[in-house]
Amino acid sequence: MNRIQADVVIIGSGAGGGTIAQALAPLTADGKKVLVLEQGARLRDDEYTGVESDMARALYEDSGGFLTEQGTLTLAFGRTYGGSTAVYTGTSLIAPERVIRAWDVPDLDHDDIARRCRNFAAQNHVHLLPDDEINDNNRLFELGCRRIGLAAEQFPVNVNGCRGSSLCNLGCPNAAKMGTDRVQLPAAETAGVEVVTRAEALRIEERAVIARVSRPLDGEKGLPSAWEPGEYRIEASAVVVAGGAVGSPALLLRSGFGRLLPRLGEGFTCHPAFILVGEHEERITNDVGHPKSFYLDRAQEEGYVLETCMYFPFITAKNLTGFGPDHSALMKAFPRLQMILVLACDRAVPGNRVSVSGKGVTRVHYEFTPEVRSSLARATVMAARIFFAAGAVRVHAPLASPPLLTRGQADQLDQKISAHEFLPGRTSVSAAHLMGGCAMGRTPEDSVTDAWGRVHGVPWLRIGDSSLFPDSLEINPYLTIMALADRTAEALMGDSAALFDS
Amino acid sequence: MSVSLGVVRDPFRALCIAFVPESAELNEPGWRELESEVERALADRPTAIQKQMVLLIRILDLLARARHGNPLAALTPAARRELLTRLQDSRWLLLRRGVWGLRTLAFLGYYSRPDTAASIGYRADLRGWEARR
Repeated sequence: MNRIQADVVIIGSGAGGGTIAQALAPLTADGKKVLVLEQGARLRDDEYTGVESDMARALYEDSGGFLTEQGTLTLAFGRTYGGSTAVYTGTSLIAPERVIRAWDVPDLDHDDIARRCRNFAAQNHVHLLPDDEINDNNRLFELGCRRIGLAAEQFPVNVNGCRGSSLCNLGCPNAAKMGTDRVQLPAAETAGVEVVTRAEALRIEERAVIARVSRPLDGEKGLPSAWEPGEYRIEASAVVVAGGAVGSPALLLRSGFGRLLPRLGEGFTCHPAFILVGEHEERITNDVGHPKSFYLDRAQEEGYVLETCMYFPFITAKNLTGFGPDHSALMKAFPRLQMILVLACDRAVPGNRVSVSGKGVTRVHYEFTPEVRSSLARATVMAARIFFAAGAVRVHAPLASPPLLTRGQADQLDQKISAHEFLPGRTSVSAAHLMGGCAMGRTPEDSVTDAWGRVHGVPWLRIGDSSLFPDSLEINPYLTIMALADRTAEALMGDSAALFDS
Repeated sequence: MSVSLGVVRDPFRALCIAFVPESAELNEPGWRELESEVERALADRPTAIQKQMVLLIRILDLLARARHGNPLAALTPAARRELLTRLQDSRWLLLRRGVWGLRTLAFLGYYSRPDTAASIGYRADLRGWEARR
């Protein structure tokens, strides 16, 4: 096994790991070695082709279809340089004060989170798109909301030079999305941080990480790793885990920390979601322009959020309910389709968790609670109302029976759409806002870390990603992840004398 | 291990046509393209999943013989869809998951084809607005 000495090893390069890499970069000026291990590859700019199956395979874990243990929910999370920030739409919201307060984590207050979020929003060029860059798919959502007396809000997004390819979730082909792959990681590398791609952290030992570096497969996208393929033991004064809400708890469980930390892996939430489509009589612009410009936040009142979205042929087909001629007819109407993503604000509940099998394989256990099913049903009714108000002639609603609703049924939505139609395994549900598993809190009995990402009882081990969330965030999480990661880095810098001298 | 759909080609194609009626119009190179995409996706999954998918297709074929006296490929598309719909609505999660998995693979194979994207009017372009204005 190869041996490497470092001062800090960061595992993961997404919103958490990328942020921490940049924040710790000044250590390199003092001669400290800061390493980032990223399991995925770094792609060349010309490898972002927008080809759905190729990009999904290159950028996502399990091509974006990681199945839960129950087999009823797919999870989409990035596995590439920049993690999920390479594949999100760049929507940039600051967490609501009521959510952070409800988390009830000592020494974590909303003002601090909001201040850090604003800093990263400025750093990552977050702004509202001008009106002439908003496509019909988004305009119709805003119009539909307005016509039923609700105010859709515009998403601030972190793009710079967006050409409107609509391909954000397949990696921006125009390098316009300002994720950690475009901002924090390059800055860190320029300052002297070393980012090693294709490097999978297998387990953590006392002040050390065991990692395996892989070579590219034949025909696989991405540059080779800077390190030779093989196994490495990387010894470091501090290890920061930022592998995301699935990867981080799984790695710690695989490394035996579950014995110290009974809450490890618990409290997994994910904003389970599905899409509705509304069919219009005329063509609309939907597969051009930024896909996600507006949202309707009903989290506090009704436990859901609606967002505009526009997916690609396969993902769209997969997310529609059913199959056969009706399904095909809807797919053929693609140029006339408006799309809305419905997200339930789920709660951390016992049983929904990350675990590892005896062989170390990562498992995610997730059951849909009655509250989630009800939220999805209410959200479906609201989305259908918005479609019809915007002029749609038909709406495909997963929780309606049959799923196709016509305009003539627009006043019967409460009767036609029901949570009883939610049948796990039949209803296509996916999630991309993965949270929890290494929750912040007070003690090892109720959490995994303190409010600064310090793992209880293991001073050299830190967490800096969405796994820190004690409960659902109820909005798009990436700015909050960056804020928490920034706190993790700040605490580590504050503790550096003790860490590096010990 | 990487699975080959060759061992269940006829029932697999019959299922694809039930899920996506337009796939009946594919020529042999089109089918090979669809099947390659599915095989590529399965190759990324654990061996157990690959075997389960092949087994499920075989079970569905046997079920068709038991219920209708003919293999899947000999049933009308409507009869195949009726069978699949019953399984999709089953009280047994395992059956619902199985149908969901198969339909997902069929959609992956069919809708990942560039010809299909064009045929349904999907026009996303790397140049974005510039390609439309």
